[in-house]
Amino acid sequence: MASLSPTAGVAQAGRLFALFLDVGRLMFRRPFQFREFIQQAWFVASVTIVPTALVSIPFGAVIALQIGSLSRQVGAQSFTGAASVLAIVREASPIVVALLIAGAAGSAICADLGSRKIRDEIDAMEVLGISPVQRLVVPRVFACTLVAVALNGLVSVVGVAGGYFFNVVLQGGTPGAYLASFSALAQIQDVYTGELKAFVFGIIAAVVASYKGLNAGGGPKGVGDAVNQSVVISFLLLFFVNFVITAVYFQVVPAKGS
Amino acid sequence: MGVEVAVHDLTKSFGKQIIWGDVTLTLPPGEVSVMLGPSGTGKSVFLKSLIGLLKPDKGSIMIRDVDIARCSEHKLYETRKLFGVLFQDGALFGSMNLYDNIAFPLREHTRKSEKEISNIVLEKLEMVGLSGTEKKLPGEISGGMRKRAGLARALVLDPEIILFDEPDSGLDPVRVAYLNQLIIDLNAQTDATFLIVTHDIGTARTVPDNLGMLFRRELVMFGPREVLLTSEEPVVKQFLNGRREGPIGMSEEKDSAQVAAELASLEGAAPPHPMAAPKGGIGGGVPPQIQPSPGLPERKAAGRRQQRVLDMLHTLPLAAQEAIRAVLDQEHQEELEAREASRGASAPSWDSAATQHVSSGQG
Repeated sequence: MASLSPTAGVAQAGRLFALFLDVGRLMFRRPFQFREFIQQAWFVASVTIVPTALVSIPFGAVIALQIGSLSRQVGAQSFTGAASVLAIVREASPIVVALLIAGAAGSAICADLGSRKIRDEIDAMEVLGISPVQRLVVPRVFACTLVAVALNGLVSVVGVAGGYFFNVVLQGGTPGAYLASFSALAQIQDVYTGELKAFVFGIIAAVVASYKGLNAGGGPKGVGDAVNQSVVISFLLLFFVNFVITAVYFQVVPAKGS
Repeated sequence: MGVEVAVHDLTKSFGKQIIWGDVTLTLPPGEVSVMLGPSGTGKSVFLKSLIGLLKPDKGSIMIRDVDIARCSEHKLYETRKLFGVLFQDGALFGSMNLYDNIAFPLREHTRKSEKEISNIVLEKLEMVGLSGTEKKLPGEISGGMRKRAGLARALVLDPEIILFDEPDSGLDPVRVAYLNQLIIDLNAQTDATFLIVTHDIGTARTVPDNLGMLFRRELVMFGPREVLLTSEEPVVKQFLNGRREGPIGMSEEKDSAQVAAELASLEGAAPPHPMAAPKGGIGGGVPPQIQPSPGLPERKAAGRRQQRVLDMLHTLPLAAQEAIRAVLDQEHQEELEAREASRGASAPSWDSAATQHVSSGQG
């Protein structure tokens, strides 16, 4: 429901942030919901793995094609492998993770919690003296984060393999040169940063989805709206955070060879 | 014995829209109270405020010296353990079967072994007539069964305050009769405080000790059942008789000229055919209250209530007094006479906090 009050947006942001703090606080409250965590991790993995793999193949291919033709134009074919690895590990992989974790996992979490909310299940849980944040949100945040980090590894591998295939097999590149230049530009910190991004994306996507789900209202349509908003807000936040982390990375980690 | 719930000056609004204001009432410990009101008068909001799911704008809700309206989250979660709540659709957890649903509060809050849990769960399932369905998922059973399963879950921690959000909506009349009997039987067995939010007149006439009614953003009345059942207040009378003529309109409210005209025409007209009023709205007067099933103990609250009502009898409207006197047995008749004799000698000594008769400005 759109509100025209200028403070409404600020209040939303505040409540979202409050949920972040609550998750941080209740994360340590025993008993940890281990069963729920495993179930959710499995659930999030099952809705994201196949789409992620399928998205990362063409993503890697597009990058390989672009870099392949660019490097031929400037006469730097020997660096094709180096450039595509760099692009995939540093940027493409976290972006694919962001798309999938917010679009597939986040929307599923939001729809699940939202439908529970409108069936009064969340209220019933609170009345039974159980915090829905501790019981439902914390395990989902952990699960989403774990799966996001793992997905980032998957995307990097599939993306690089896809890039190799397109460059070497389809564009007639030299296999040896492609492999040999792998570590010419990329360094191990790139992988760490990619994983850090995925970690942060997992937390943000899960908390935003949970927030929107727990605050769904107005019947089935309300749940639909909540899912829609959850995906849009997560995308905005994830792309912004991605930019911030990248900007900081270039300040903190020196480029290779400099 | 159940817990007293003292609501004082409670007001709740969403944005600029006031849902109800200045609601003051006390749910006497161990008694069954019913809150009536046309659809959309904030009955469910009232119930959710009582358990702290919604924060009222002002006022207090005192339960065992804890103010639900503004206590810490920790205190709130502690106090909620006194409550059992039956939500409109049962609010069962869709991912668990009935057994796990009912076992859930026990597993979360007690250190009972699975064997003990199993005994309690099966006992509660039998109590609500759902034996043999423990493996079913909430999606696989009918609405009435979900409701009864929700009741079983609400009862599992032996709560001292039990709240029902429209227990009769979506149930057939026979099941409503069984459910009402179950409510009275439970009250006899547990002596917990009950609050039922409903718009079913049949339930309101026969189940509760106390009746209240919300309309036009305020509590019109709250008091012993005889007071509302014999009331001449237009809103209360219209609602309890299920008529069209009166202040309650189809959409919202009617203008006062139309109400006056309708009521005047009603005065002159012959009494309507008794079957003309639907939803239990037949007959007038004060029907007898449902009694516990044979074999169960007496309701302890009934005795306490009788004392309480006798104490405040002389403050009640005459029609209500007559209705109460009519059902008194010999022993209490004598007691009442003795009281009245002593009252003649000394000053009135009723506890004003125990009587709430909120009269509205209208009519």
